[in-house]
Amino acid sequence: MQSFTGVGVSPGRIVGSVRQMPKAVSEPPAGEQLASSTTAEDAAVTLRAAAKAVQAELKQRSVSATGAGKSVLEATALMAADPMLIKGAVKLINTGTSAERAIWESAASVAEMLHNLGGYMAERATDVLDVRARIVAELRGVPAPGIPASDEPFILVADDLAPADTATLNPAVVLALVTSGGGPQSHTAIIARALGLPAVVAAVGVESITDGTAVYVDGAAGSITVDPDADQLEAATAWAANAATLAVFSGEGAMADGHLVPLLANVGGAADAVKAAAAGAQGVGLLRTEFCFLDRDEEPTLDEQVTAYRGVFDAFPGKKVVVRTLDAGADKPLPFLTDASEPNPALGVRGYRTDFTSPGVLKRQLAAVATAAEGTEADVWVMAPMISTAEEAADFARMCGEAGLKNPGVMVEVPSAALTAETILGEVNFASLGTNDLTQYAMAADRQLGPLAALNTPWQPAVLRLIQLTVAGSVAEGNNKPVGVCGEAAADPALAVVLVGLGVNTLSMTARALAAVAAVLAKVTVVEAQRLAGIALAAPSALEARARVRAELPILDELGL
Amino acid sequence: MSERNATIASRVGLHARPAAIFAEAVGALPVEVTIALEGDPADDAMDASSILSLMSLGAANGQVVVLRAEGDGADEALAGLVTILETDLDAE
Repeated sequence: MQSFTGVGVSPGRIVGSVRQMPKAVSEPPAGEQLASSTTAEDAAVTLRAAAKAVQAELKQRSVSATGAGKSVLEATALMAADPMLIKGAVKLINTGTSAERAIWESAASVAEMLHNLGGYMAERATDVLDVRARIVAELRGVPAPGIPASDEPFILVADDLAPADTATLNPAVVLALVTSGGGPQSHTAIIARALGLPAVVAAVGVESITDGTAVYVDGAAGSITVDPDADQLEAATAWAANAATLAVFSGEGAMADGHLVPLLANVGGAADAVKAAAAGAQGVGLLRTEFCFLDRDEEPTLDEQVTAYRGVFDAFPGKKVVVRTLDAGADKPLPFLTDASEPNPALGVRGYRTDFTSPGVLKRQLAAVATAAEGTEADVWVMAPMISTAEEAADFARMCGEAGLKNPGVMVEVPSAALTAETILGEVNFASLGTNDLTQYAMAADRQLGPLAALNTPWQPAVLRLIQLTVAGSVAEGNNKPVGVCGEAAADPALAVVLVGLGVNTLSMTARALAAVAAVLAKVTVVEAQRLAGIALAAPSALEARARVRAELPILDELGL
Repeated sequence: MSERNATIASRVGLHARPAAIFAEAVGALPVEVTIALEGDPADDAMDASSILSLMSLGAANGQVVVLRAEGDGADEALAGLVTILETDLDAE
């Protein structure tokens, strides 16, 4: 029985058949000529036919798509057979260039033109290159790049998924995600957790599994087994039965001894917030405000922002909503705020730091939050991302005060903030640990890199130590200022227990994880959690920390988490 | 040669969905239609059935464009296209 091991990033046990994500289309060699057996006329006809076929395929997919994904597919379908694109290619074919090379070059010049127009047009350049790859694949007779279109459910195996793949990933058809690259914080992991799909990343060798092979995936254990045995089939059936109970959260997070741990949701807009409220979330621990700013060439107006924030506040009357101010930069560039040419964007002008280079945007955002908060019943808190010093925390608190916002706080993502939590909390009212970035910075390991996946987990004892120091800083400050976690770590039920044991007050996560985290916390006392936190802190490695804590929590295996 | 002016009604200008709807409508016509910004020379006019050309034209909300077509049915074709451009397609 062949098996593969990776990092489990989203729980679930499932059996299904594999579909490999086709490899990226390689560039036809420069100067590639028409085959001597082909005339330019024939090549042009073949190219037009291939373009029409790609257009038909995209158009058909747009029929079943919804929302933003639908309009993107409709527009790309038109681009596939666009006269500008095809005429440019036919011109090259007439000079003896092969059809593949001709469309490659024609699309490159169109993409460059769009890129030079800047802003919205520059973003569409990617669509032209996507269409080009599809046409070349069609000409070569190989599968189109991207997630395979299929009516039969399958387990998707890929190198890694990009944010753009989310638009075409149909959770009704994709049963689980397995990637050979990526890490626990990669886009694949985030997409999987948001959709509630079992997922294993950094599983070396899975690219060799042939399409149609039956495999068993355990998203908690991080394993993939070819030709599953009877026990595994049974485990998958049991998971399906359990999944129903794990989907319901009572609306109050509590430990076995009655100690309350409010469980909140991370949301990125009003639609998300409504879903999170329906899932029983006790508030919003992280409102990502980027949704209002991304895909924009200019800063949204005050009114636009107010409407967007109010939509979220209205979903949580009487509950806490923690707004994170704009977190642009690094993997979330914004044309009007961030400098794309920074050599090291993760260490660059991002998060709160954009206020140094583009003052005014943050001030206007705070004014919009304050206006949106007026007249709603939500308890609005505001925090700044990427705070490194107490001085920055004080400046942010002053700006909040000027905007009339009473509850300023900071994200603890930079190790310096964890180390100086006592003085930082002297300036603001609360701290929220962003474990994804805290891990990346503590371990000096890029979140997106597969080869660094082992370093990039919040189970690293060093990261747990920084969390412990943040809580200790709050205790030393003396005013019981709350410390929460709003990173992906809070969505891992075993790690949630450790976080409570370290003294964290609230946990905020993707709404899908609420029920599973609540189910596990309910079986553990605070004293027990403290003991498990001690075990994790003392472990020699992240892997050992996770294994030792999980061994003490039999409930995880019972529930398949 | 028939010629008609139209003012772009879509809030985002002639991109994305409005451009797609317009290009598709032009593609379905029996005549070839060109589009240019008002004041630009007719020689610089672009193929109106090309969504990529429309995007590179970059006509914003409130800008006036010139549509041109030749042959049988050109007048009727342009009248229909003017209606599309002067409707706020985002609002639908």
